[in-house]
Amino acid sequence: MSRNPYVRPVSKTTWYMRNGRYRKYMLREVTCLLVGFYSFLAIFALAVLAGGSEEAWNAFLAAQQNGFWVSFHAAVLIYYLVYMTFDWFKLAPKAMPVQLGEQKLPDLVIVVAHYVAWVIVTLVVFWLAGVV
Amino acid sequence: MSERLLKIEVLRYDPEQDSEPHFQSYEVPCQNDWAILDGLNYIKENLDTTLAFRWSCHMMVCGSCGMMVNGEPVLTCKTFVRDLPDKVRIEPLENFPIERDLVVVLDDVMEKLQRAKPYIIRKDPPPEGKEHIQPRSALYKFKQYTMCVNCMCCYAACPQYALDKEFIGPAVLALAHRYNIDSRDQGKSERLDILADHDGVWNCSFVGACSEVCPKSVDPAAALQQMKLDGAKAYWLQKLPGGKS
Repeated sequence: MSRNPYVRPVSKTTWYMRNGRYRKYMLREVTCLLVGFYSFLAIFALAVLAGGSEEAWNAFLAAQQNGFWVSFHAAVLIYYLVYMTFDWFKLAPKAMPVQLGEQKLPDLVIVVAHYVAWVIVTLVVFWLAGVV
Repeated sequence: MSERLLKIEVLRYDPEQDSEPHFQSYEVPCQNDWAILDGLNYIKENLDTTLAFRWSCHMMVCGSCGMMVNGEPVLTCKTFVRDLPDKVRIEPLENFPIERDLVVVLDDVMEKLQRAKPYIIRKDPPPEGKEHIQPRSALYKFKQYTMCVNCMCCYAACPQYALDKEFIGPAVLALAHRYNIDSRDQGKSERLDILADHDGVWNCSFVGACSEVCPKSVDPAAALQQMKLDGAKAYWLQKLPGGKS
């Protein structure tokens, strides 16, 4: 009897279509493109500020407040919440388990603590921005 | 006891005859309390004695009956006929070469398992005539990682291992973590290549599929993320003044 193991091919470009679990993972990871976009937007805003023209800065701010951009930012925020924040907060207890004697702190406590911290940080940012 | 006729499609591969695997269908009268492994045994005993597959304990302990059932890596002794549709497709575990039919080649993982040094390494000998005492709280830190039965379902679910065979992979890394956080162990530095190497924990992109399919709730994804955190902490601590390199 001779050995002749068969290796099944794996597609390097379409592997994530194999099941829903992988597709959901890709929806989470694709958020990096949006991070890239917002980094670019922040650099662009800094460049406009550094240009020193108040008129150009006001035009940039006005552009960001038109219907298209407000809808875009709102859609991105929802996408982020669903595929990034919810996912990572749900996974946080895996990376940071808290052991109290023989008991593990329930995952829910760690997840809720993340949401509480998120709300506090958001309020601080809003306060610094003069929104609240 | 109610009976149901199941159409079981099995991926067959004969290394001496076939150039590639093909599906073969069997009509199997299954009892409702059967696991799908019982269906395979029925085929072997009544329909086709040439079918090759691994199994031993039929009670989720030996870890040898891991296979793909309708695309999911499972222990076939734990997957019940009553939870399956009338048509079931059984394939060997994904991401491993097929030796014959449903039997896969596990040499790669066995070699990686040795590299993880999955045993307690001590620099100090135990006290004269005594064993190393471990409080229960220290045991509970790693106990879940001791439940692994090496069924390799996590490797079959891991897309990272599918794409890069150099990746050490979920079960072996979880086992390395199990010994690293054991209060009796002093061998963490000897497992550093497993921890810090590119093929180690940093190759994991946290898809989390390994933990979702694990039949023993070992949660290897958790172990890997904790190892990343440990590794990052150690890296930055050594950068501090007085930190050890």
